[in-house]
Amino acid sequence: MLMPTEGEIPAMSKTPDRSWLLESATFSRPVIREIQRAAREGIYDIRGFGAKRAVPTFDDLLFLGASMSRYPLEGYREKCETSVTLGTRFARKPITISTPITIAGMSFGALSAQAKEALGRGASEVGTSTTTGDGGMTAEERGHSTKLVYQYLPSRYGMNPDDLRKADAIEVVVGQGAKPGGGGMLLGQKISDRVAEMRNLPKGIDQRSACRHPDWTGPDDLEIKVQELREITDWQVPIYIKVGATRTFFDVQLAVKAGADVVVVDGMQGGTAATQDVFIEHVGIPTLPATRIAVDALQDMGMHREVQLIVSGGIRSGADVAKALALGADAVSIGTAALIAMGDNSPEHEQGYNALGTSAGYYDDYQDGKDPSGISTQDPELGKRLDPALAGRRVANYLRVLTLETQTLARAAGKTNVRNLEPEDMVALTIEAAAMAKIPLAGTDWIPGSRL
Amino acid sequence: MEKFDLQGNPVRALNSALHQEQARMKEFEVSNPGGKHNVACGARYPCSVTIHGHVGYYCAGMNQQADIVIHGNAGPGLAENMMSGSVRVHGNASQYCGATSHGGLLVIQGDAAARCGISMKGSDIVVGGSIGHMSAFMAQSGRLVVCGDTGDSLGDSIYEARMYVRGRVGSLGTDCIEKPMEPEHTEELQALLEKAGMEHRADEFRRYGSARRLYNFEVDNADAY
Repeated sequence: MLMPTEGEIPAMSKTPDRSWLLESATFSRPVIREIQRAAREGIYDIRGFGAKRAVPTFDDLLFLGASMSRYPLEGYREKCETSVTLGTRFARKPITISTPITIAGMSFGALSAQAKEALGRGASEVGTSTTTGDGGMTAEERGHSTKLVYQYLPSRYGMNPDDLRKADAIEVVVGQGAKPGGGGMLLGQKISDRVAEMRNLPKGIDQRSACRHPDWTGPDDLEIKVQELREITDWQVPIYIKVGATRTFFDVQLAVKAGADVVVVDGMQGGTAATQDVFIEHVGIPTLPATRIAVDALQDMGMHREVQLIVSGGIRSGADVAKALALGADAVSIGTAALIAMGDNSPEHEQGYNALGTSAGYYDDYQDGKDPSGISTQDPELGKRLDPALAGRRVANYLRVLTLETQTLARAAGKTNVRNLEPEDMVALTIEAAAMAKIPLAGTDWIPGSRL
Repeated sequence: MEKFDLQGNPVRALNSALHQEQARMKEFEVSNPGGKHNVACGARYPCSVTIHGHVGYYCAGMNQQADIVIHGNAGPGLAENMMSGSVRVHGNASQYCGATSHGGLLVIQGDAAARCGISMKGSDIVVGGSIGHMSAFMAQSGRLVVCGDTGDSLGDSIYEARMYVRGRVGSLGTDCIEKPMEPEHTEELQALLEKAGMEHRADEFRRYGSARRLYNFEVDNADAY
């Protein structure tokens, strides 16, 4: 190409003026692309990650730091407790975690063995728990996790009493935030020999896990089921019940009635390895209102703190953790954020993402098994890209940062324990968040929806 | 022999005893179960357990190695997720008996209700009478033998489990078809019938299993989803 000579105007005028083009808000380019993809392929879009739409979040709340009427704690110098004990209601051996942040359930199958190992290493390094997923417990995962929660799912893939007795806690999964009312999905490309064997299914077939448990159909049955699990494990370990956030008030109360030691409420921003996009974006309620409703439900029964509450779905920072605790949660779980800490969607894999037609920051095809970061894959070559020791270290670092940030906010509000944070320490930035979290809009005493 | 009278007593002591190493090769006799739930759950060692009376939910749940006999009827979820050993009911069984069972032998002398063998993963289930609807739903592997009739939607979304039915099939579920009885099937069925103590001939049965049309998504099968 010839460079413009001195005095010549660059060829700007040759570029057609498109500034007047108006894109439809209804039929935007991504919408058009999806309609045409659907028309070509005849199947719904299946993807991983969580909801991408904007919803009210913990970002819409702010803390009121201590000043004249409150007494702050000295950062670094004054103790601010972070440990939490889960399962104090019935279990002979409750779990004490040293930070109120746990790793959410993600399966071997959805994730590589290296990724599962890294999560175990990272969680163990900071004294918190990690969780199995749909597909059973692997020896590596048990070996690298000092505190391991064993999920009891509708599919019961790999479920066996020996692993049940090895678990530090059992989590009965009724639903998850990304797809409340939906079952698991693991597409054929991720069904390696080992995954197929663990799940007792032929290699290479699409696995659509059941959405309902096969041997109980309601909260009264679940109560008996929980007792069965306690009998089998001799009442030793805590039993959690996990629900996707929908009719949260009733679900939490029914979980308590069914005998849960711990209730886990997963908001709609919660991630998944594979689900229909329409499910991820259009079912469930955000973590913000779900947290408040869950706490209200426990308080209504007089069971707040006696049954512990873990919330999850879109937790990213110590601010999110602190706000969830201030609303009354006892701990939070992270899933997507932990994968990101290990290198998911990192620019260092940009070339790999480009080859898949995407880019760092946008990658959500966890269902595909071609993850360039080696996390959501069963391809042994891709899996090797993830160094479990290094990725584990990153998870531990990230958990430490979340903990420090949480303490920073708690100290600023004058709390010697992160769980002493309370709703009165916060204000809301938006009317929506004020209504959902039942926190007054900043500068007012107005909580929309509350009785005057 | 160790005896447990459940009249006015919880199931805890019985279950705890079955979880101890000392249970190995012992005989347990349970009286007055009175429809209690979770009787003889999580047995781990080779031993025999005889229950005189009716049991509630999840009797013999997750059984390993023990041989459990129930002289009565069983409530929902009998022998759910059984790994090995055997469970025999002289009466009838309620819903989801043998759900997700990975191994062992479950024998129902009478009838079994809906969802018998749902999501089974390798066990053998033999029913002397008839079974209810949606039985063997998503059954992954193992064998289900029904000497009587079945309800509707037998074997819906079935994977690799094999089903043998002597009587009438109410209807077949999605992706479930009748398959020819080859000599290997007659042979395995005859052995199973003998093991279960059923006096029928294998050639009186028909075989059903997966058409394998739903194993990977195909747009032309979209109506089945």
